[in-house]
Amino acid sequence: MGLHVDEHSNYNVLSRIATSDGHGENSSYFDGWKAYDNDPFHPIDNPQGVIQMGLAENQLCLDLMQQWIKQNPQASICTGEGVSEFKDVANFQDYHGLPDFRKAIARFMGKARGGGATFDPERIVMSGGATGAQETIAFCLANPGEAFLIPTPYYPGFDRDFRWRTGVQLLPIQCHSFDNFKITEPALVTAYQRAQTANIRVKGILVTNPSNPLGTTLDRETLRTLVSFANEKRIHLVCDEIFSGTVFDKPTYVSVSEIVEEEPYYDRDLIHIVYSLSKDLGVPGFRVGVIYSYNDAVVSCARKMSSFGLVSTQTQHLLASMLGDDDFTTKFLAESRRRLSRRHKYFTAGLHRVDIKCLESNAGLFCWMNLTHLLNEATVEAELKLWRVIIKEVKLNISPGSSFHCSEPGWFRVCFANMDDNTMETALKRIRKFVSPGNHTAAAQAKKKNKRWDAALRLSLPRRFEELSIMTPRLMSPHSPLVQAAN
Amino acid sequence: MVKGAESCVPLSEVATSNTHGEDSPYFAGWKAYDEDPYDAASNPAGVIQMGLAENQVSFDLLEKYLDQHPGASGWGCGISGFRENALFQDYHGLQTFRQEMATFMEQIREGRAKFDPERIVLTAGATAANELLTFILADPGDCLLIPTPYYPGFDRDLRWRTGVRIIPVHCSSSNGFQVTLQALEDAYVKAEGMKIRVRGLLLTNPSNPLGTAIARHVLEEVLDFVTQKDIHLISDEIYSGSVFSSDEFVSVAEIVEARGYEDCDRVHIVYSLSKDLGLPGFRVGAIYSYNDRVVTAARRMSSFTLVSSQTQRMLASMLADRGFTENYLKTNRERLKNRRDFITEGLKNAGIECLPGNAGLFCWMNLAPLLEEPTREGELRLWSLIVHEAKLNISPGSSCHCSEAGWFRVCFANMSQQTLEVALRRIKDFMKNMKAKQEK
Repeated sequence: MGLHVDEHSNYNVLSRIATSDGHGENSSYFDGWKAYDNDPFHPIDNPQGVIQMGLAENQLCLDLMQQWIKQNPQASICTGEGVSEFKDVANFQDYHGLPDFRKAIARFMGKARGGGATFDPERIVMSGGATGAQETIAFCLANPGEAFLIPTPYYPGFDRDFRWRTGVQLLPIQCHSFDNFKITEPALVTAYQRAQTANIRVKGILVTNPSNPLGTTLDRETLRTLVSFANEKRIHLVCDEIFSGTVFDKPTYVSVSEIVEEEPYYDRDLIHIVYSLSKDLGVPGFRVGVIYSYNDAVVSCARKMSSFGLVSTQTQHLLASMLGDDDFTTKFLAESRRRLSRRHKYFTAGLHRVDIKCLESNAGLFCWMNLTHLLNEATVEAELKLWRVIIKEVKLNISPGSSFHCSEPGWFRVCFANMDDNTMETALKRIRKFVSPGNHTAAAQAKKKNKRWDAALRLSLPRRFEELSIMTPRLMSPHSPLVQAAN
Repeated sequence: MVKGAESCVPLSEVATSNTHGEDSPYFAGWKAYDEDPYDAASNPAGVIQMGLAENQVSFDLLEKYLDQHPGASGWGCGISGFRENALFQDYHGLQTFRQEMATFMEQIREGRAKFDPERIVLTAGATAANELLTFILADPGDCLLIPTPYYPGFDRDLRWRTGVRIIPVHCSSSNGFQVTLQALEDAYVKAEGMKIRVRGLLLTNPSNPLGTAIARHVLEEVLDFVTQKDIHLISDEIYSGSVFSSDEFVSVAEIVEARGYEDCDRVHIVYSLSKDLGLPGFRVGAIYSYNDRVVTAARRMSSFTLVSSQTQRMLASMLADRGFTENYLKTNRERLKNRRDFITEGLKNAGIECLPGNAGLFCWMNLAPLLEEPTREGELRLWSLIVHEAKLNISPGSSCHCSEAGWFRVCFANMSQQTLEVALRRIKDFMKNMKAKQEK
């Protein structure tokens, strides 16, 4: 075997998809993850370690689920009470999914959205998490080379999920801090026209509501603008509502499904929802993704494609039971919102005390933190410089706005629902120390030019902004220890 | 509201193509079954499903295990580990589960090959594994060579979203449908002639639909061929635990090891628990590759199709019980063999020959003598009679791309013994009627 690489050797050459970096992992961003993996915080064993705040997980209510499972042994096919179901469950591979599971999901989706809309179990299609759902919907709606418009800032995982194997493009709709990153009609029109000029066919719009990373919900007017625009241009609207159950404060959540039900003159064949239990329930390991489309042809196609990513029937069975327990889901959603609200208030108050403002938000598992005042210049380079300091010296893994394609440098996403109260307190302490005036803190030093960096951290600057696709460090979806994956 | 049979808003070409393959007779028979399913008590005249390669003969062993180990495979009464398990979405998969999968694969091969857990990539079923490998090994417009007859699902799994093509390697009944070097060469030349780049060869071993384990010398020839052509080899060994005599199965892994791992960067194995353990609902597939770059790429791509952490944990626990797995594998093989013997005997009594087989959940049945004309149309006409008159859903060879008309795949492990007896009676009656018709 040896090091000889034969240019003409077929088997040494994998596909273009396999050898591209569409997987999104080859980015300097991962220094943050590596830093965490190499030195993970633990209150007792490693109190000086890096605290993971780059992971949008919801760990606040797993105890409630645990309790339910303990009280309902029949929901598991491994217990004495439930094993009689084992054979039928294990054997069932119909891509429609277990009927009770679909019913329970449809019901839960309605409840998570505050009851403003109802969902038809027949339109529920499974997928391998929301990751799988996004890819499947892209395969269904667009051809290679065609594009979807997407408001910035957006979840970096979309770059992989929507584009990697599909060949579909994502083109930004630029949103700005001066109007709280609202999606405006002029911005929509601009993005659409830019694509036209570049001869790129736009097939749809992809929005996340509630937004990741902003933590805000779309108001009715914006939703109507989006639906109306989609109708006018005859393009699709895909709404990722993965965080719909995490709305902990006013304004009340409005799902696109409500617009569909309220406005009969809009073509519902254009409207598709992506959902998952990974955030609302906090069970990302179970890989429960959902495509909900109002378009029969899309339901049919997506269902066939779901063969590539069905939910384990063992998991379907458990969740059918759990989500079918109305009492439990009502209590769960209420308590989850309460705990998120409490956590959010505590964290943002702690930041406010040291003059760090966050975008006002009412949902999600994170804050969109404004550190623009700590940058020596309003550039991505400066943002990344600051970010490296925060990882290396403050020992917090937070996510730089540039990896979310934010149009303005200096914003950071900080997750707060994936840790206990004490860890949260520790994180706040570190932040306070970092920004407190009068100390020769890293923050002050960061503002100086020509700071020399630790050679162990790769400093890889993003390329110049391309017109239509921004090459910046990308944030992988938070489930891969990249130390192992990096090559 | 614009509503109608066809939406005015275009979907993708992938969505509107019919490469999903569901219009094939393979699935049409299933529809017939769905509309009129046999039930011993409530619908004794219904269609018996013999088109579904499922293994239901050994469920009782699994149930017994769970009965005797309540809660051990789940989170238990203490629910310890629920939280960590529910949060675990690492695409490397649960370490313990990967280890158990590697060991289980070794057990099936009775230690004749070693599997490194670090080379196992988990996917939601072999369906996903095969598609994923295709995305990694081939570009749109390229092709994979596949010996015929082959599992109809490959038309979708390997081609639909990938844009990769399949060029068949034609096998003939003259030598029991074994792959020959000539057939391989012919297929390769054909691809070259069509200016299609061949990226790999995909084998299913043991074969679906033939029900035979591939002979060692054939595997050696195949490995030489792919090496010479410098292409990949995918060995789908999903039925490896269903070879009735375990020493009759030779895995490509054994050949790789015998050759000292030389040039094995091109070899990749697909596995799943859907057939051997009869757990298709749990969506447990695996890719085992000797190529580091493929492992890395596959792992990243598996993000779209991870195995539920709940299921990984349960199965890790179950598979860790070596006594259980040894007994299961042994008993399962015996029962499958008995089933196979029973059905081939019954078919023989009805005047039907099957290809001699030593593996799998099905027989490859020869009804060519019954055809009015040795064509695909003739075969499908006969098949239609079987589905609608004999009320048996079996799979026509043409849906498996068999180059000779008249062969059918008949599954025998997805029903009770009693149902199998009913099916055999119907076949016998059907044959009697056909003979009578022919004599007129």
